[in-house]
Amino acid sequence: MKLPVIPIIPVKANAGTDAGGCASAGCGSAPDALAHLPDEIRRKVQDHPCYSEQAHHYFARMHVAVAPACNIQCNYCNRKFDCANESRPGVVSELLSPDQAVKKVLAVAAAIPQMTVLGIAGPGDPLANPERTFATFRELSERAPDIKLCVSTNGLRLPEFADEIAHHNIDHVTITINCVDPEIGARIYPWIYWNNRRIRGVEAARILIEQQQKGLEMLVAKGILVKVNSVMIPGVNDKHLPEVSKLVKAKGAFLHNVMPLIAEAEHGTYYGVMEQPGPTAAELQSLQDACSGDMAMMRHCRQCRADAVGMLGEDRGAEFSLDKIDKLDTQDIDYASAMARRKVVHEEIIGKLEAQRQWPAAKVGVGGTAITAGRPVLMAVATTGGGVINQHFGHAREFLIYEASDMDVRFIGHRKTDLYCSGGNSCGEEESVLDKTIAALAGCEVVLCAKIGYEPWGALEAAGIQPSGEHAMEPIEDAVAAVWREMLAAGKLATPAAMKKCA
Amino acid sequence: MALIINHLCTCCDACLHVCPNDAIRAEQPYYLIETTLCTECLGEYAEAQCAAICPIEGAILDELGVPLNPPGSLTGIPPHKLAALQRIEMQLQK
Repeated sequence: MKLPVIPIIPVKANAGTDAGGCASAGCGSAPDALAHLPDEIRRKVQDHPCYSEQAHHYFARMHVAVAPACNIQCNYCNRKFDCANESRPGVVSELLSPDQAVKKVLAVAAAIPQMTVLGIAGPGDPLANPERTFATFRELSERAPDIKLCVSTNGLRLPEFADEIAHHNIDHVTITINCVDPEIGARIYPWIYWNNRRIRGVEAARILIEQQQKGLEMLVAKGILVKVNSVMIPGVNDKHLPEVSKLVKAKGAFLHNVMPLIAEAEHGTYYGVMEQPGPTAAELQSLQDACSGDMAMMRHCRQCRADAVGMLGEDRGAEFSLDKIDKLDTQDIDYASAMARRKVVHEEIIGKLEAQRQWPAAKVGVGGTAITAGRPVLMAVATTGGGVINQHFGHAREFLIYEASDMDVRFIGHRKTDLYCSGGNSCGEEESVLDKTIAALAGCEVVLCAKIGYEPWGALEAAGIQPSGEHAMEPIEDAVAAVWREMLAAGKLATPAAMKKCA
Repeated sequence: MALIINHLCTCCDACLHVCPNDAIRAEQPYYLIETTLCTECLGEYAEAQCAAICPIEGAILDELGVPLNPPGSLTGIPPHKLAALQRIEMQLQK
């Protein structure tokens, strides 16, 4: 396994003087999680929050929901509802026309200089709405040439549109590939619309898989970056996904993103109604590890909506709602000067990231004492971004999870505390938010935050999770490594993991 | 002879793209099939195209009001689970 790592093995004496220079390298991925990629590809993704773990702390993305139609059915999707309390792919509040979408992008790009990426991801399949999708791309590539364009698709019509995708300078495509075996596919996709017919079962899955694979090959041949998304469905494709990972990697996909199934009865999806369980955090992590091989795995995906705006994990969509966009006159947006401002902001961030990449990898080990073996420890971190511990425990809607060991500090993933739903009448959960948060942190032994109240402190301790506000405003990996060393010194890591299993 | 779209329609556009007769109008709150233009795709395709791509069970009816995609036919959700789903949907529509 070649995972993004930051060694905290002993460092050479002279490196110890570098202590002041440590800044976060992002989510514990080595200063560069995508280091194995050729320079050319790395340059393309270094400011893409969805592709680069590092970048997602600093750059923002937006999706415009211009593509409502879909040409397949997935068992984890139900297009009927938009519950205001939830946030999952396939769901949007407002559909935009291509004109409205362009206006919205210009407005957001002018207001949020960190915005680098515009994606079309639905709420249906962008390539089942080719006119609307490509009209939006065409206009944007002219009017906002500094914005990277990307598209997500189920792949059914990808071979048909590969040329057009290249033509619009779309250099990033995400294909959702849940299987390469039609028998498994038949349990994920009840039907597809193909050649003017609704086709069901194994035959439908066979056609879909064939088109996805062909599309992947065509895009790679054109030099377009392809990321593959897979939804992990326990008992359906969980054992099969390592094979998918191997195959798509061999064909040239540069990143594989294994996401957990989201299935709640109240979503009205097939899996939700049939009570198909999603994976636990531990199961997801173990599959991600199994799939990683020497390919970059993505662990920071937030499974955002097709109309999300802002940094990954946040959604500022409400600031740019349709009524506000409609009142806007594009003449009023001075995009040229906004673009100049954006350029400065981007170069500054890229410079910072580049500098981090150059640092000796062993920076965390500052202190010089040899580290003896201790068991790995999971720690949760509350952060609003920027790679430092800077969020109040009670304000965190998600926690970043790190694993510290004698080898390294590595980013494992994130856990949401509101579990896609903040409650409300329809959701009928009696559990308190604190209980839910503690359940979401199962398996973690430490939680690092900027501050924490008296009540949650006690509850966390009672649950076997040690809260700490001592490392407020420190770079995440440094703090995680320091806490691990403290635990080691205190003899807490000598015993084999008496860890509670991840929920 | 024409098909009908009812209130279950989510205005997802899928049928608009595939109707060979341009018979579907993007009306609100749900789409409308122009009876004078709809041929039910007879002689053109083996299946009425709108009904072949529509993801919503019960949203497209024949002229007798019979759904072309009856409950359970698209999602595969078995009948004994459909009632529970309907309750959820009713609750969400409130």
